[in-house]
Amino acid sequence: MSGILVVSEHRQGELTPSSLEVIAAARQLKAEKEQPLMVAVLANNPDDYASQVNREGVDEIIKISTPEEEFQVDAYEAAINSLINERAPSIVMVPHSVDAWGYAPVVAERGKYGFASDVFGLRYEGDDLVATRAAYAEKIHMELEFPGKETVLLTVRGNVFKPVEGEGSAKVTDFDFSDASPHTQHLEYIEPESGGDVDISQAEFMLSIGRGIDEEENVEQFQELADIMGFTLGCSRPIADNGWLPKFRQVGQSGKTVASCNVYIALGISGSVQHMAGMKHVPNIIAINKDPEASIFSIARYGVVGDLFEVAEELRNHFE
Amino acid sequence: MKILVAVKQIAALDEDFELREDGKDVDPDYLDYELNEWDDYSYEEALRIMEAGGEGEVEIVPVTVGPDEADDGLRRCLAKGGERGIRIWDDAITGSDPSAIARILVKVIEREQPDMVFAGTLSSDHSFAQTGMAIAAGLGWPHAAVVNHLEYKPGDSSAVVHRELEGGLEEKLSIDLPAVLTIQLGINDPRYASLRGIKQAKSKDIEVLSHGDLGLSDDDVGEKGSLSRVRRMVIPEKGQAEMIEGTAAEQAERVAQIVKELKGAA
Repeated sequence: MSGILVVSEHRQGELTPSSLEVIAAARQLKAEKEQPLMVAVLANNPDDYASQVNREGVDEIIKISTPEEEFQVDAYEAAINSLINERAPSIVMVPHSVDAWGYAPVVAERGKYGFASDVFGLRYEGDDLVATRAAYAEKIHMELEFPGKETVLLTVRGNVFKPVEGEGSAKVTDFDFSDASPHTQHLEYIEPESGGDVDISQAEFMLSIGRGIDEEENVEQFQELADIMGFTLGCSRPIADNGWLPKFRQVGQSGKTVASCNVYIALGISGSVQHMAGMKHVPNIIAINKDPEASIFSIARYGVVGDLFEVAEELRNHFE
Repeated sequence: MKILVAVKQIAALDEDFELREDGKDVDPDYLDYELNEWDDYSYEEALRIMEAGGEGEVEIVPVTVGPDEADDGLRRCLAKGGERGIRIWDDAITGSDPSAIARILVKVIEREQPDMVFAGTLSSDHSFAQTGMAIAAGLGWPHAAVVNHLEYKPGDSSAVVHRELEGGLEEKLSIDLPAVLTIQLGINDPRYASLRGIKQAKSKDIEVLSHGDLGLSDDDVGEKGSLSRVRRMVIPEKGQAEMIEGTAAEQAERVAQIVKELKGAA
């Protein structure tokens, strides 16, 4: 057993950025222990994606033609399981994406491979692979090992490894698998509701509210505060799920990434990993929370432990 | 028809906590248990299908793998509806990863023969997002993860679901039944249990089984049956946040000053 196999992903005609991050994570392991690095591309027409993953350090690109152009869970599972059987890689790495949440645990259980999801740290201890991921709502890190497993499948957390750059000179091969009958059928994509003039991915200054605001009637005062300060109002998932603010204001994995943000004030947001995925890159995060142990403080530049209503009321006085 | 809902009592840390002596987990004295937030949504989805069906047409059964205390999670579900729950536990199950847990649930499902299985997309403690789909692997059933919308009537041979993808995008797809679905937050608005429901749930039947009762061997569960093993746990160093102390007025003044400086510089 040797070699690292990366499964790249794409959606709506675009290679996902996390695919290049996973290749970067694989290169890091390859640097620790020299072994071939293979990248699989699954699509009805994999050629375009194949050239996009031809990056520095990749030794082989394996094109797998699937019945559908886009992701279909049964085809992905059948293709990946048979590719692993054929090539016997010691490590298989895929993005920790919503698609992978659907297929990776299935592939692992079918092959009885070692498995860890949402991994953000990898290293060898001697010959043994050690994967680090979070536990207890991000407050603890757990190191996992895979005794007796000749193949280990890992899903890799996004925004941790810097996407690999530089053109590579990988050889390109084709791989056929015996097709699985599909049990799901794609009907359509449903695009997110447009926010009209409000596009939080473009906002430079964000004031975001979370569960800590307690009640719907409190939303208005924070909208006013955001307006007075010249900030754009955002929110965490529970606020959008409750319908207190529209979904286009939601920051995080299933909402938007605040890509242009410079100052982010998080009010009553404890900081789930899904929320932080959309804002942890912001250089100036100011977190205001009553719980001194809230995860958000671990990524904030400034922290305020206190009653967010009192602090917000006082804050208002400085901008009116 | 029958819907089986796999639920979990998750472990939440106390404000202060210590690791166990072997360093492989948190000292249980510092853990509190509660029903996984996702499971409120998956159970609610099952309740709605039950209520939309005729009297006695749809049965829903919550199932969990865990020690005695996990009965609380089952009773929290049963307080909202359903007549019985199933809990599987014995010492050999200690140290099971989500795949080993899933293997136990597969045996229960083969025995119960439901038409649909729901599980939470992930659990808020360790967030593996693994159990539900590993169940599907064991059963060989159709499956979809991160479902935030479901159109289904008892007796249908397929269902329409939405998968919640990244960035607010959703995929609408049809799926053959029986299927395993992992349910995402926001799919519905979970109800609160009534006081009467909570009282009634106390006398509802919870069947307790061991892995042996289900025909599993010691090698199928625990560390031996797992796809990973905890090497150690580490308390990460805290981030570098500069904490702003003082009264609310003093804190707000400093925040305002920081914001004005940053905005001015932009």
